Amino acid sequence: MKASTARVKRARAIESVAKTITGLAAFLVVGLVLFVIGYIVYRGAGSISWEFLTQPPRKNMTAGGIWPAIWGTMLLTFWTAAFSLPIGVMAGIYLAEYAPRGTFTRVVRLSIANMAGVPSIVYGLFGLSLFVLTFGFGRSVIAGALTLACLTLPVIITSTEEALRQVPKDLRQASLALGASRLRTIVRVVLPAAAPGIVTGSILGLSRAAGETAPILVTAVAFYAPIPSTVFGETMALPYHLYIMATQAVKPAPHIVWGTALVLVAGVGIINVAAATWRSRQRSKIRW
Amino acid sequence: MADTSTTGRRLSRPAFRRAADRVVTQLIGLSGIAAIVILAAITVFLVINSSRALREVGLWNMVSGTDWFPTSEHAKFGFLPAEVGSLWVTAVAMVLCIPVGVAAAIYISEFAGRRTKEVTKSIIEFMAAVPSVVLALLGIALLAPHVREWFNLDTGLTAFTAGIVVGAMALPTIITISEDALHAVPKDLRTGSLALGNTQWQTVYKVVLPSASSGIFAAVMLGLGRAIGETMVVLILAGNSGIIPDTALVSARTMPGTIAGEMAEVVQGGLHYSVLFAMGLVLFTVTFAINLAADIVLERQRKKWRR
Repeated sequence: MKASTARVKRARAIESVAKTITGLAAFLVVGLVLFVIGYIVYRGAGSISWEFLTQPPRKNMTAGGIWPAIWGTMLLTFWTAAFSLPIGVMAGIYLAEYAPRGTFTRVVRLSIANMAGVPSIVYGLFGLSLFVLTFGFGRSVIAGALTLACLTLPVIITSTEEALRQVPKDLRQASLALGASRLRTIVRVVLPAAAPGIVTGSILGLSRAAGETAPILVTAVAFYAPIPSTVFGETMALPYHLYIMATQAVKPAPHIVWGTALVLVAGVGIINVAAATWRSRQRSKIRW
Repeated sequence: MADTSTTGRRLSRPAFRRAADRVVTQLIGLSGIAAIVILAAITVFLVINSSRALREVGLWNMVSGTDWFPTSEHAKFGFLPAEVGSLWVTAVAMVLCIPVGVAAAIYISEFAGRRTKEVTKSIIEFMAAVPSVVLALLGIALLAPHVREWFNLDTGLTAFTAGIVVGAMALPTIITISEDALHAVPKDLRTGSLALGNTQWQTVYKVVLPSASSGIFAAVMLGLGRAIGETMVVLILAGNSGIIPDTALVSARTMPGTIAGEMAEVVQGGLHYSVLFAMGLVLFTVTFAINLAADIVLERQRKKWRR
């Protein structure tokens, strides 16, 4: 009897230790994220001004603003979306609605999972050899966007497929029973129902692409370039600007470095939070 | 009475629609294979561009070469400094992020309340969205000076410094996928164990963890793949020296860092250029193998719980 109470006590003690340790680990990670955000806001907030956000750099990049880099990143992200969304969403539809069970589909899935794990610098090499050189686009917005589109594709495909799979079968069957074709059912019934998931997943993938440096390093960016007049021009971009200013600037300008970091993190953060909020609101609206 | 024009339209519209259906359906099928096409294209372009290096230097000479002097007159293209550097960075990253990541995943999946769980998960997911170059910047500003001081070094830019930040970057991957794996363990197993008188921790330790072990293994592999391929952090923080590092506390170069750092400056089509593609090919092969292993394990686990 006594021995067993001792065992129970011991088990309880271990239990509380285990909960404390794992809880600490989770707390540590959350704390780290909050610290990263907090520190960047703390260091960068002082640099943010109307001039910083709307003016080009001046005095050898030691003064002025970062507008060309902001615009360049928006431009790159827009074209990345333009290339990756149609293909990604259609590929997601294929996997969720058409793909037969079998070896071929398995290979497709394996490829998508593997694409997500290809190092970003390898995408950079690929983009350099295919889009910059073989297609002859040169270092340009379009070459950079195509490279980033390859990198984003797996995220869009996976989130589209997941969102489509969550739409109940009844909806599809009702539409088919009314005489709609398979494709019309997908376009008119399934896609709108799955839209929140697709949009959010895609935005998360695109915001990650917006923060990537390695793939555009050799395909799109320049240290200093005016706002490109066509998509075939070189551009500045926030992550690259940050990299260059932080590591290779002749005259260090810390306020520009931290200001750029804040703009980048804030941009990615606001888009992420907005997308997540929108999704949860849409989800609570639709109830199956 | 019958208006021929409307009848005509009634007949032609479904026909048009059917044709459109067919075209779009084919486009959908075509997009389905996009991933395979892109992966194949990546392989082909890496091989084509590195063919000169493979011919003139040789794969084995590169992979096992100890000297990296790409720009000297008698250029040497040994990958070992970069390979060992990558190894050190990755080892430091993994030693730090596996225990923390798996423990955090256990807490989130097994012990945390609903509200805590949701908030924690979304905060950690946000970590994945913080651009790597920003984390590298924090590494230079906050970590490197301390590393220099702590270990009394000449420079704070070491494999160790980079490894810490890369570990932080791999955390979201490891946590999210481990949490998924733990979450996928059927509830019956847990309730069964609890009904037998096990405590919650005993249940986690003896029932849930073994059942989710393959998923956690896959999470670690995917985190590993991410850590090896991480570019900006190692480019900025590892120091990029040419020697083969024998500890983590020296300046080191890595494969992704070498490619990213030198690609912009080489002559296109030259031997150095081709060698960098060969290094990309090696990196791609390694991460491909790691990801493939992770995916196969994950698929097996999925089958196990599919009932």
